[in-house]
Amino acid sequence: MSERVVELEVLRYNPETDQEPHFQRYSVPCREEWVVLDALNHVKENIDPTLSYRWSCHMAVCGSCGMMINREPRLACKSFLRDYEGVIRVEPLAHFPVERDLVTVIDDFVAKLKRVKPYLIPKEPKALEDGEYRQTPAQLKRYKQFTLCINCMLCYAACPEYGLIPKFIGPAAISLAHRYNQDSRDGGREERQEEIAATEGVWECAFVGACSEVCPEHVDPAAALQQVKIKSTIDWYLEHTMPWLSK
Amino acid sequence: MAEQMSRKPYVRAIGREWLTRHPRYLRYLLRELSCLFIGGWTLMMVWGLARLAQGPEAWAAFLEALRSPASVVLQVLALAFTVYHGVTWFNLTPKALPLQLGEGFVAERAIAGAHYAVWGLLSLLVLFLAGAF
Repeated sequence: MSERVVELEVLRYNPETDQEPHFQRYSVPCREEWVVLDALNHVKENIDPTLSYRWSCHMAVCGSCGMMINREPRLACKSFLRDYEGVIRVEPLAHFPVERDLVTVIDDFVAKLKRVKPYLIPKEPKALEDGEYRQTPAQLKRYKQFTLCINCMLCYAACPEYGLIPKFIGPAAISLAHRYNQDSRDGGREERQEEIAATEGVWECAFVGACSEVCPEHVDPAAALQQVKIKSTIDWYLEHTMPWLSK
Repeated sequence: MAEQMSRKPYVRAIGREWLTRHPRYLRYLLRELSCLFIGGWTLMMVWGLARLAQGPEAWAAFLEALRSPASVVLQVLALAFTVYHGVTWFNLTPKALPLQLGEGFVAERAIAGAHYAVWGLLSLLVLFLAGAF
């Protein structure tokens, strides 16, 4: 097993002592199979215990270790050191305030997620004894892709619209709203439309497509947003040209 | 709610830095910029229509102006941007218009391909109406 020394340049920010962030270099002896998260763990355990960052599962499931690696939003646990040359620059996720070092403030995303009601709102509530809400494999296939979101927020860091217009509800939250709208058991689309069909919803999206390119789970949020745009446009035309259809 | 401790989150400024972060952002900007060339070319056609209405001499002068080097450069640029705009959008159509058949989705190539086919057919129709054949 080969070992190489990797230079990490990590953005540091201590809210108690710093006025602004600065970069700090670490030389890390790394193994061939290491990912960026392993290198950060090595720094924390052996070089500098004050370094702060979030992580949990180390297998691209929990969505905690999202950060900018060489200016691209990535999961640190899914970014192999062998794929990088020279100094690797590690920064907190773009477009989010920095709490400390690589830890960001994610309150804005969590609040937006709550607003779009990303849970099943049954069409007809059933009593427990009436059994489960059933679904065919084809009905499941319709939305399955959008269930894979792990809320890692890489798409928000990739999206220039969100960076420039922070009111934008953003890729992941709208994709999750779309996931429930596409679910045959769900009846909550009208409630979600108030959030996602608004200006701050899909209409801030300019289809840059970066969200889908950086998504570690291949959710394709850009696809979800364009589909919501088309459906919302059809809604508008039906409402204004054939008002007798609604209700 | 979390207790208010000595929190002091740092907000990093967002300038034009995002544009150079990855080539995809420049490609996006090019796609958006294409509208200026397409819009400009359309205005030129409207101007041509106005010249046509003014009579044969005005129309001839318009055609002559189209042959100037500056005009040729602009038209080549407009064509390049139009093709870039068309191709990038057609390639994105499978995302906006997925087609589910049973438990599978129609291949993305087929959806984009159908758009290219309709584009080709409509172009042929326009050429036919213009008397090119």
